[in-house]
Amino acid sequence: MTLINSLRSQPDDRGHFGEFGGRYVAETLMPLILDLEAHYRAAKADPAFKAQFDDLMKHYVGRPSPLYYAERLTEALRAEAPAGKGAKIYLKREELNHTGAHKINNCIGQILLAMRMGKKKIIAETGAGQHGVATATVAARFGLPCTIFMGARDIERQKPNVFRMRLLGAEVHAVESGSKTLKDAMNEALRHWVANVHDTFYIIGTAAGPHPYPELVRDFQSVIGTETRAQMLEYEGRLPDLLIAPVGGGSNAIGMFHPFLDDPEVAMIGVEAAGEGIETGKHAASLAGGASGVLHGNRTYLLQDDDGQITEAHSISAGLDYPGIGPEHSWLHEIGRVQYVPITDAEALASFQRLSALEGIIPALESAHATAAAEKIAPTMDADKLLVINLSGRGDKDIFTVAEALETEI
Amino acid sequence: MSALSPTVRDRLSATFARCAAANRAALVTFVTGGDPTPAGTADVLDALVAGGTDVIELGMPFTDPMADGPAIQLANLRAFDAGTTTAHILKIASDFRARHPQVPLILMGYANPMLRRGADAFAASARDAGVDGVICVDLPPEEDAELGPALRHAGLHLIRLATPTTDAARLPAVLNGASGFLYYVSVAGITGLQQAAQSSIENAVAKLKAATDVPIAVGFGVRTPEQAAAIGRVADGVVVGSAIVELVGQHGAHAAGPVKDYVASLSAALLTARKEMAA
Repeated sequence: MTLINSLRSQPDDRGHFGEFGGRYVAETLMPLILDLEAHYRAAKADPAFKAQFDDLMKHYVGRPSPLYYAERLTEALRAEAPAGKGAKIYLKREELNHTGAHKINNCIGQILLAMRMGKKKIIAETGAGQHGVATATVAARFGLPCTIFMGARDIERQKPNVFRMRLLGAEVHAVESGSKTLKDAMNEALRHWVANVHDTFYIIGTAAGPHPYPELVRDFQSVIGTETRAQMLEYEGRLPDLLIAPVGGGSNAIGMFHPFLDDPEVAMIGVEAAGEGIETGKHAASLAGGASGVLHGNRTYLLQDDDGQITEAHSISAGLDYPGIGPEHSWLHEIGRVQYVPITDAEALASFQRLSALEGIIPALESAHATAAAEKIAPTMDADKLLVINLSGRGDKDIFTVAEALETEI
Repeated sequence: MSALSPTVRDRLSATFARCAAANRAALVTFVTGGDPTPAGTADVLDALVAGGTDVIELGMPFTDPMADGPAIQLANLRAFDAGTTTAHILKIASDFRARHPQVPLILMGYANPMLRRGADAFAASARDAGVDGVICVDLPPEEDAELGPALRHAGLHLIRLATPTTDAARLPAVLNGASGFLYYVSVAGITGLQQAAQSSIENAVAKLKAATDVPIAVGFGVRTPEQAAAIGRVADGVVVGSAIVELVGQHGAHAAGPVKDYVASLSAALLTARKEMAA
C-alpha cells in the first residue's frame, strides 16, 4: 500500500523521482525494460520470491549483518570533543557479508529475477570489482554464464578482484574505450546487452540506470536499513539520530536510508568523494560539483561540461569513481531530506587507518569516506545521540592502493 | 500521421515524396560532425551531396555513445580531439544550409548534449541553423516530454526509431508523434556491425507500412550497394553511416573524394533497384 505524503512511495509509475530517474534508453531496450518492470512487480507480490530471497540472505550471504557499537572510536572522538559532546557510534557491518560488501544483496535479488524471466546469461559492469565479484559469485551459485565488463584502467588497479572473478568462472572483458573506467564499462555492457536482449540479463550494480533498476536495487538493498531499524530498537529502544553512508551510485546509502525516510527524527548524510578537492575539479561529487543531465538511462546529477559532455570522475576509491549518482539521491538532495557532504581522498585515507587501528576493522576506501565524515560530525553532537555508519565494504581489496598512497612498500 | 503539415519549409517530407515519385528509395547518409575537424566536415557533407545523398544525418559527438559501435565511437573521439563543441555543430549545419538550401539535414545524437542548455534553446538554435529534424538515440517515446514538444513548437521533426524488439503492442506508442520519417533499426545491436537478414527487414517494413504513412528508412549494418538496393526495393529510405564514417577515419582531410565515390555507388544502386525488380 502506498502512503499518501510518504517519501517512501517514489518513484511514480513512469519511474520518476521528482524530475529525476526515468527511462532514457535506446528503443531496442525499451520492451525489455518494460518486461523487467512487469516481472519485478509480479515478483514483489509473490511470497515465494521473498522467501527465496530471505533464505539466501540468511544462509548464503550471512545476514543479518551485525550492528556493532564502535566503543573505541566513540571514546576517541569524545576525547577530542567538548564536554558532553560525541555521539555514540554504531557500525552497520555490511563488510561481513559474503564477498565482503553490500553488493551481494542486490545481486541475489537480480539473479532470482533473471531466472524468473528465463534469461540464460548474466552480464554486469564493475568499477572496483566488488560488484563484479558479487555478480560472478551469484552466477556461479546458480550456474549461469557470466561476463563482467571492466575498464582497462580499473583492471590494472584492481588485480586481486579480477583474479577472483575469473576464479568464480566469469569472463572479464577489458573495456578500452573512453576513460577506461566504470562509466565506460557501463557503456560497453549496454552495447553488449542491446545486441543480446533475448537471452541476457544485465545485473546493474547500483541504484541507477533506467527504471525500474533504481527502484529494484533500492528494494533489495533496503534490507540494510530494515535490519538497522530493528537492531537499533532492540539495543537502544529508539531510532538513531543520524545515518551516514558513502555515495558513489549510492546503492548502499539508499538501502540504509529508505526505510527511515518517513521518520523525521532520523537525519541522514550521504558522503560524496571529493577526490583531491571539489575546487580542483578532480573529484567524483556529482551533487556538489555537477548538474542535472541524462546518462546511462536516467536523469540525475552528473559531472559534465557546458556542452553536456561527461567529464571524468576522480577518487582514490574506484567504487566511487563514477560521474553520476542514483536518481533517488538527486531527488532527496533537491528536497533537502538528505544532506550530502564531500570527503577528500586524504580525509578518507586518514580515516581508513584510524578505524583499522581503533576497531580492528579495515574498511573499504568507499566506507572510509563515511567514517571520515562521522569523525567530523560526531564530536558536534550531544553524547546521548545515536549515529550509525554504514560500513559498506571491507578494505582488503584496497591495501595496495592505500600502501601506494602512503608511499609504503608491501 | 505527420505531426507537421507539409509546408514549403518541410524539406524532409518533400524529399521523400520526390524520391517516391521517382520510384526509388531515398539515400540517407550519416557522418559525425567535427570529423575530421569542425572546419573539415563541410567538405565531407558536400561530398555526400555530390554523391547523390537525399537526406543527411549529422552526428553530434558525445563522450558516452552507448548505442554506437567502434567506427562511430572513433569518429566521436576524432571530433573531440579536434576540439568540436555544440557551437561548431550548429555552425556546420548553418553553413551547410547556406550552401545547400534544399537538402534536408537531421541532427542525430544523445539526449544530454541536446538538453544541456534546455530543450527550447536547443530546438530554437537547431531551427535557426536550418536543421529539419532530430534523432535522439536515448529518448524513447516514454520521455518525449523532455524534447518532443520543444522541437514540434520550433517546427522540427522528431524522428522516432523502431527496432526488431518493437512489438505490435508497443508500435502505436512509437508512432504517436513520429514525423519526418521512421528510422527502422534493422538489427538489435549497435551501429556498424552485423547486418539483418533481408527477409526479416522485408517483414518488418511491411508491418510498419501497414501501421503508418510516415516514410520508413532502414539502417544499421548497411555497407554495400547490393545491400542498399535490396533494402531500397521495399523501404522508403536506406541509411548508411558507419561505412562512410570509416572512410573519413581512413582518409581524414582527403576524405571528400572517396566519400563521394562510395556514396555515388549507393545512389546509383538505389536509382535502378526497383526497375530491376520490375524487369
